[in-house]
Amino acid sequence: MYETTYHLASDVKDAAARFAAAGEGRYLAGGQTLIPTMKQRLAAPSDLIDISRLAELRGIAASGELVTIGAATTHAEVQRSDAVSRAIPALAALAGLIGDPAVRHRGTLGGSLANDDPAADYPAAVLALGATIHTDKRAIPADLFFTGLFATVLDDGEIITKVAFPVPAKAAYEKFKHPASGYAMTGVFVARTKQGEVRVAVTGAGNRGVFRAGDIEKVLADHFFPAAIDAVTIDAGAMLSDIHGSAVYRANLVKVMAKRAVRAAAS
Amino acid sequence: MTSVSITVNGKNASAEIEDRTLLVEFLRETLRLTGTHIGCDTSQCGACVVHVNGLAVKSCTMFAVQANGAEVVTIEGLASDGALHPMQQAFHEHHGLQCGFCTPGMIMTAIDMVRRLGPKLEEATIRHDLEGNICRCTGYHNIVRAIAAGAAAMTGISNQ
Repeated sequence: MYETTYHLASDVKDAAARFAAAGEGRYLAGGQTLIPTMKQRLAAPSDLIDISRLAELRGIAASGELVTIGAATTHAEVQRSDAVSRAIPALAALAGLIGDPAVRHRGTLGGSLANDDPAADYPAAVLALGATIHTDKRAIPADLFFTGLFATVLDDGEIITKVAFPVPAKAAYEKFKHPASGYAMTGVFVARTKQGEVRVAVTGAGNRGVFRAGDIEKVLADHFFPAAIDAVTIDAGAMLSDIHGSAVYRANLVKVMAKRAVRAAAS
Repeated sequence: MTSVSITVNGKNASAEIEDRTLLVEFLRETLRLTGTHIGCDTSQCGACVVHVNGLAVKSCTMFAVQANGAEVVTIEGLASDGALHPMQQAFHEHHGLQCGFCTPGMIMTAIDMVRRLGPKLEEATIRHDLEGNICRCTGYHNIVRAIAAGAAAMTGISNQ
């Protein structure tokens, strides 16, 4: 790993000021992606600004309509939260599918979203639930947040502070894990909002990152049954293809995992 | 360079270290606590698992400076007065190892598992929760038996 200078930010403003003053700064939250990337010398920030301990970025608040989770809240905290489990059980379950127990003790919601790995789990939940991403500058709807592989609309230095998830009528996440890495080969989050809208988000499969499966949403809006998805064709031309699975394989997985998610959401 | 002060196995450890020092490097190279191992160096194998403020973490994927002010427990901190921790004893009795390289991480993960899930652990639960710890010798059977026995033996002890 190349040399770097560590800063422990005292609050969000202090973190942003330190970032602005740094040559090539990076925020450090759980570090479960950033540190391995630095060890491989694929990232070499001159300055690391640690925001993981900031009280204003932590915590979970739930009402009947909204679950709000601080950006530095760990996956383990979301997984074990009674409030999240009651309001959006699919979200708590998703957090429990990320990495392994030790990784979940460090990794954070905000870190996952800012990194936007195309096989990460949280982006699927954020997009399907129609969440709002709050930063130190603005509030961003999920539909506008993700812009490609490892790409979001976040400005340089902008900090995610919390994410607000509307409580759905029904929701479920089904993930086909890569057996070694644990990342999603394909993960599908299906949600039916309290207003009756069906939203389906797919991670791990798309060649432009997380995306909404509009054709699946359409058929499910009429018939919220797994078999309704049989009529849909997923375009393999928009899928990732790598040594783990071809685009055609992933296009099929999208339908399979979507069916499983609908079955789980309906039960 | 940054000065850190970390409580490791109940004792204060203070040192001047490079900011990029990983927690596992601090433990092994600065403190010479070499029971914590580096296996894969890519956060997957779990040989480096230690407890930071009571939670299992991969010490190869955390900077030492991030543990400043924290309580860290390593495999060396488990035995008390010459008596093995019940989980260590269970690994001994059930032969939960062959080469032993993954064992410190397995034991630290196993104790964390008991804290999170309680002392009655089903085989399937143990196997699932070992997803972040890799053993290349044993096929896991005796590790799973050792953890079930060690978990049961941890019931009621205060020094978990």
